[in-house]
Amino acid sequence: MDPRKFRLGLLFAVAAITLAFVAPLAHGAPALLLRPGLWQAATGAGVLCALAAWFADWRGIAPGLAGAIIAAAVSLLLLRDPGITGSAAAGFWAIVVAAWLAAAMSVTNLASLRPIRKQRKRMINIAVPLLFGATIFYLWEVAVRGFGVPPVLLPSPSAAASRFLGSLPTLAADFNQTFIRGVLIGYAIGCGSGLLVAILAHRFEFIGRGLLPLGNFFSALPLVGIAPIMVMWFGFDWPSKAAVVALVTFFPMLVNAIAGLSAAGHIERDLMRSYAASHRQSLAKLYLPAALPFIFNALKINATLALIGAIVAEFFGTPTQGIGFRISTEAGRMALDMVWAEIALAALAGMAFYGFVTLAERATTFWHPSYRT
Amino acid sequence: MTSSSLALAPSSARTLARHPLVERYAPVLTTVLALVAIWYIAAVAMNWTLVKDSFEREESPYTVSDILAGTMDAERPLLPAPHQIAENFFDSVFGYPPLAPRSLVYHSLVTLSATLLGFALGAVFGIVLALMIVHSRVLERSLLPWIICSQMVPILALAPIFIVVLGAIGLQGLLPKAIISAYLCFFPVAIGMVKGFTSPDPLQIELMRTWSATPRQMLWKLRWPAAVPFLFTSLKVAITISLIGAIVAELPTGAEAGIGARLLAGSYYGQTVQLWSALVASAVLSWGLISILSLIERGVNRGMGAR
Repeated sequence: MDPRKFRLGLLFAVAAITLAFVAPLAHGAPALLLRPGLWQAATGAGVLCALAAWFADWRGIAPGLAGAIIAAAVSLLLLRDPGITGSAAAGFWAIVVAAWLAAAMSVTNLASLRPIRKQRKRMINIAVPLLFGATIFYLWEVAVRGFGVPPVLLPSPSAAASRFLGSLPTLAADFNQTFIRGVLIGYAIGCGSGLLVAILAHRFEFIGRGLLPLGNFFSALPLVGIAPIMVMWFGFDWPSKAAVVALVTFFPMLVNAIAGLSAAGHIERDLMRSYAASHRQSLAKLYLPAALPFIFNALKINATLALIGAIVAEFFGTPTQGIGFRISTEAGRMALDMVWAEIALAALAGMAFYGFVTLAERATTFWHPSYRT
Repeated sequence: MTSSSLALAPSSARTLARHPLVERYAPVLTTVLALVAIWYIAAVAMNWTLVKDSFEREESPYTVSDILAGTMDAERPLLPAPHQIAENFFDSVFGYPPLAPRSLVYHSLVTLSATLLGFALGAVFGIVLALMIVHSRVLERSLLPWIICSQMVPILALAPIFIVVLGAIGLQGLLPKAIISAYLCFFPVAIGMVKGFTSPDPLQIELMRTWSATPRQMLWKLRWPAAVPFLFTSLKVAITISLIGAIVAELPTGAEAGIGARLLAGSYYGQTVQLWSALVASAVLSWGLISILSLIERGVNRGMGAR
């Protein structure tokens, strides 16, 4: 990164912190200098930013980040004052801008580093998105509380987090209802039957040529629309959700598995034939292993689809628990912090599910070119 | 005589079975017919007790053939027979003036407008995002992991919140639905276009460098043409997702119009036939949108000199 840009950005951050000492923090609130502990911290942040601007290369990253974190902490501590929350003025926002500038400059600088060692490269690749996300969450928090955005519109992340921790039993029950029962069972049924039909279609070419266009057609349809019908057939409880999930996951698995089963090369097939392998043997030893990357691709696509299918199905009727049920009722009651807590739960579950499938893929398809770096 | 007419000349049954059209469509047709047959059998099986109970409630004498006939045209069947759905579909498409609230065309148009607006917004946003990511190393490193992470988040769960939040600001009607569609469909476009913009191989990029091409020239003359196949693949995924988004967005608001509203009303009042015909309408919409995109793709490919 251009060191002049880095220096300029950090000097702006120093200027912003200086401004915070002069401008009012909020209308009628005591100035920064009258708050013991905080003004020293703010000065420290300013000095660190100035130090980073002095270096203006990779040595500037650490003091820049430290300055950003201290400035962010100062602004968050200031928000504890009810006189500032909701009516923050120029001085307060100057600190926020300083924190943002210092963080942005340091992260940009960090991202443009090109370390030779693999381990460091990996650490940077993890640290940069994490710092970026932390900055976004910080800005969200400060903006919501500083401007006094009504919680009906958008709750602060801290409110959603405290709600998340405060209602763990409810969330656990919802998770159990939606994820363990609806998603996992439906996912197993849908993916399993998709794979079985694909194996049949691979064995009997006629079925395969009939099913493939249909599978392509169906996997492009808005299948979640089937949810009300499944609710009608299987009742309000989890079987209807599992049915929707099974249906939604069936076609991607079918299409991908058919493609995967025909991915085995001619030479390998001829080899199996020259060994006089039965169909079952060549299926187990050649076709299925060759299809694994495709199958895992479908499993990954389905991990997301399954969760969406189950949540949408719950909009059409549930017993009084479940992620989708909670989202729609709490949104109706304007309790948006609970809604965001549920979304965080769904996001965590989705990512964990996806991560698990990815780990399984790594463990079973280590031989594939895309992993042999 | 040309060779193709020669090939078509013999008309014994054996060569007819080998005819390319037959070879291509016979399996599909068989599968479709088998599905329809299974459907009819399932309709009889699932509606059997329903019809039988209604006969017994009226205490009128009945025979097996009466029940069979009843399963084919029950008013609120568990599973309507295909011909019932087709009848209801044609009736609600052609039976009313297109803009009457009972017409399926009207509801489809409502959903279609939200879909298309959301698709346009989402596609443009996705392409812009991809451009930013491709041109900035910092964004690639910091933003891309989050975009990929958010792929694993059930974004559709956000739909009711968006509707509530936007409704509180005072936005109602078409725009909130379109925003949900856009939010859902910009991911595949962004990811696909990042792949597309980075698909030219290093040799070509270096060749452009030796000609001292500016970044803009590099974009228009190399990256953009290379990304076109990726663009259409991701657009086809995106437009289906956009349609799903529009339909789901109509659920929590209790919207009066749209395919989603039709689905919700059908499920509340037990109007199964109406529900199924709304599903057929969504299938037709999605299929039509994808075919239009395929047509455009073919035209663009031809314009770019592909064979």
